[in-house]
Amino acid sequence: MNKQFFNILFALLLLLPAAAQAESAADNYKTYCMQCHGLEGTGMGANIQDMSVQPRDHTDAKAMGGRTDAEIFKVIKEGGLAINKSALMPPWADTFTDNEINDLVKHLRKLCQCSHEG
Amino acid sequence: MLFCKRSCMLEGGVMPYQRLMICFCMMALWTLVLWPAHADANGMDILKERCVSCHNLQGPAPSTLAALWQRKGPDLFYAGNKYRQQWVEAWLQNPKRIRPAGMFYIKHIKPGEKRDMVDKSTLSAHLKLNAADAKAVAAALADLKANSALVKAEKHDASIAPGPLGEMMFDKIYGCMACHQIEPGYGGITGPEIYTAGKRLTPEFMLSYIRSPQAWDAKIWMPNKHVPDANRQKLVNYILDLSKENFDE
Repeated sequence: MNKQFFNILFALLLLLPAAAQAESAADNYKTYCMQCHGLEGTGMGANIQDMSVQPRDHTDAKAMGGRTDAEIFKVIKEGGLAINKSALMPPWADTFTDNEINDLVKHLRKLCQCSHEG
Repeated sequence: MLFCKRSCMLEGGVMPYQRLMICFCMMALWTLVLWPAHADANGMDILKERCVSCHNLQGPAPSTLAALWQRKGPDLFYAGNKYRQQWVEAWLQNPKRIRPAGMFYIKHIKPGEKRDMVDKSTLSAHLKLNAADAKAVAAALADLKANSALVKAEKHDASIAPGPLGEMMFDKIYGCMACHQIEPGYGGITGPEIYTAGKRLTPEFMLSYIRSPQAWDAKIWMPNKHVPDANRQKLVNYILDLSKENFDE
């Protein structure tokens, strides 16, 4: 009985790091988004030289204000094609949890200093 | 060797010339049989002495962003399932940069006039090995085979050719060119160059990595685009064709 208890406790301890892996929106943005959207979030990322479609300027209050939080969530999770935009914006569903995407939406609202106006 | 000496001595007090020759041959054979093990051990010694400060030889891959940012070079604990040994041996003798923006791009870019640019002063050259050391290290790396189940799950089919659509798939349909160069100076820079990938990587590794980058490297900044099986074959065959252009020579 004691042995079984300790086995379960050990298994739970192993799971703890996995449960504590949520990253901050700022760190996720830095790691995954800046490569295309740029260090300043202006769409001037290191990868853009040969792109046929330029990445969104996240500081553009007018353009960003035209999208709902749900649309921004969708485009991060499912990619550009999900909202009839470019395939160059990939789906990040296998990288971020839904909570992390929600945090990223809030982070983007801070960058654009805007909210959806519609 | 002890066994050899003893068996020779047991046959009589004096060792005739023929028996001496047999013993010599057995010792030579023994040395030859053991030689690859010596070479690998030497390669692993070099890896532990000179490579481990930048490369992870034991796994696992980083599970947090903090750990990811600390990584200085590609993880090597699955090198035997990833790289072609012949390429490793040649590259180590003449290393050329594969990732234009370094291992983690954010450490090597700065704001530029038209876009963020690589700050080349932050990039350092890979050490160069002599031919013998490169051979030994390549052999040792070939033995590092974590994640074997992932590559065994793949079967490369060279007959599923992308034809002229290869580049369109890589660029427009799946957007891979956003981060990868398909010829020197053409394409994105935060991922490794693709025009040498066909010489560098095994087809099964490429198939598996495209299927799920996160299965290999949980925090990597390459997204899973859920490419259907036939199109994964086409992308890999496009990459293999691309390497025949010899852009790197």
